[in-house]
Amino acid sequence: MSDFPHTPPRYSATFTPAINAEIRRAAASGIYDIRGGGTKRHLPHFDDLLFLGASISRYPLEGYREKCATDVWLGTRYAKKPIHLDIPITIAGMSFGALSGPAKEALGRGASEAGTSTTTGDGGMTEEERGHSKTLVYQYLPSRYGMNPDDLRRADAIEVVVGQGAKPGGGGMLLGQKISDRVAMMRNLPKGIDQRSACRHPDWTGPDDLEIKILEIREITDWEKPIYVKVGGARPYYDTALAVKAGADVVVLDGMQGGTAATQDVFIEHVGMPILACIPQAVKALQDLGMHRKVQLIVSGGIRTGADVAKAMAMGADAVAIGTAALVALGDNDPKLESEYQKLNTTADAYDDWHEGKDPAGITTQDPELFKRFDPILGGRRLKNYLKVMTLEAQTIARACGKNHLHNLEPEDLVALNVEAAAMAGVPLAGTTWIPGRNGGF
Amino acid sequence: MHTFDLAARGLRELNQALHALRGVQTNETVWEIVNTRGSHAIAVGVDAPLDITVRGTTGYYCAGMNKQATIRITGSAGPGVAENMMSGTVIVEGDASQYAGATGRGGLLVIKGNASSRCGISMKGIDIVVHGNIGHMSCFMAQSGHMVVLGDAGDALGDSLYEAKLFVRGKVKSLGADCIEKEMRPEHYEALEDLLRRGEATGKARPEEFRRYGSARKLYNFNIDNASAY
Repeated sequence: MSDFPHTPPRYSATFTPAINAEIRRAAASGIYDIRGGGTKRHLPHFDDLLFLGASISRYPLEGYREKCATDVWLGTRYAKKPIHLDIPITIAGMSFGALSGPAKEALGRGASEAGTSTTTGDGGMTEEERGHSKTLVYQYLPSRYGMNPDDLRRADAIEVVVGQGAKPGGGGMLLGQKISDRVAMMRNLPKGIDQRSACRHPDWTGPDDLEIKILEIREITDWEKPIYVKVGGARPYYDTALAVKAGADVVVLDGMQGGTAATQDVFIEHVGMPILACIPQAVKALQDLGMHRKVQLIVSGGIRTGADVAKAMAMGADAVAIGTAALVALGDNDPKLESEYQKLNTTADAYDDWHEGKDPAGITTQDPELFKRFDPILGGRRLKNYLKVMTLEAQTIARACGKNHLHNLEPEDLVALNVEAAAMAGVPLAGTTWIPGRNGGF
Repeated sequence: MHTFDLAARGLRELNQALHALRGVQTNETVWEIVNTRGSHAIAVGVDAPLDITVRGTTGYYCAGMNKQATIRITGSAGPGVAENMMSGTVIVEGDASQYAGATGRGGLLVIKGNASSRCGISMKGIDIVVHGNIGHMSCFMAQSGHMVVLGDAGDALGDSLYEAKLFVRGKVKSLGADCIEKEMRPEHYEALEDLLRRGEATGKARPEEFRRYGSARKLYNFNIDNASAY
């Protein structure tokens, strides 16, 4: 009997070790898992698209010699002072509170040197970021922490946040560990308590109210500032159309790969759509309204490389935003700190307990001892380098496709590697003329 | 007095004229706005010690983000009156719709009539005195400041309350999660007396007629045993 081979142990594809570990964790603690970042599941993404490049029918542009412009105007619909950026890669909203003051400073330094904008977050505007950001977008959030008319007026644009990709329908969350005296003061709350920001705005609901809210903000700022409306990737066709109807200058669309400082893992992994599926719907809404390129579209959620930038723009976006990638550029999750990640029972490139405020890289923390480790000047330089590289990569692809501006990239430059991506992105499956669902609507 | 005919000259011209007085030394401080016809965003973002009377009824967000000014609305106010007020005083002679004084960070909002639902939602330091009743979900997630209600409060008063202090003279239909009645101490009577005086309610009510409500602080840090409160 013992001579026969045993059936080797076989893990269930349903009850995997990771799933079982989560069941045990839940049973032991009685609390759902909270973490930072965006979805970690495999999703159809920009990696599933390819550019065709030039051929006999399309001639390419010479690298380094023939111009391929990268600039973008934002807010040209109504704002007296629209924004002009050198590159179409912006820094997404991340709060002071979630991030340290020096990290916000570094984002401002790097973005300004690269010729782009940064964005505040759910914690008000700090001097670090205003002082170091040439172009700063001020978020108008349900919590209204720190909201005041002076900061509205010294912002370069205002972003009314309806939702974010990591948690469409959820509010902010900053746990007590990160509520230092300064964070507490900016938010008018006691130190050390959990802050669960509201998920809806306190003084408007629905698109008709939003129109009046935008009118009020425009009146307060004398119609100078571009007004963005940010939505999570839930119903992008209707959300985009309603934002346009409400008077937005810019629509910001965040897919489920977009990060958050902290929320329930179940929310991050199971609510919202991947950015690939969102972009065509938003672009279609703009086209149906005759507003494509008149109301600009900024997309975010899983943008990592110049190829991602180029693909998003070929699908019809005017610009992109990065959050997680910017933090990695600053030094987040660096394997150099592996021994410290091990002490936190995690590993580099997987660390996501940002809500605990123990970030060894000194970025997602309010602990002065930890954030002293982070050099905002060096961090800013690294971010600038990264933004420049992404821009060069996007230009390389655009020139190969024969485009003298990133905005001239178009869906016809793209094919998809699999049926799912072809259907979501609305581009043909490679080697075919087949766009699944194209004749059947979305 | 400077009389501004809103119907004739329009909203943009009104707010621009009021904003032009920010940081300016002027004796052009007394304003009257007529023919309001329920317009939205009247006198928003004012930042000067002006005395503004809005004759009639207003739409959404009248006096939004006010700083320094005293703004008196002779009629009723639409949703979000004095939202996010920073300082100064806003007085509504009639009733106020939803979200009156939402997220207000300072100053005083007086409503002589009733206020609808979500009055004082997410208030962050503003003082609100309502001579009549307030609607449901008022003071939801209220962070700081004072709410004084001479009449009754609707359902779920002070749900998920932080450190705002609530005083109600009449009945409270129900308290929201984590909101409890608290003892009235001498400092509360003193604060109330001052609020009633500033809220043009002296003689209408006495401090000892009020009950105080505040946060039980059980939801300040997450505990699974309190999850049923949400």
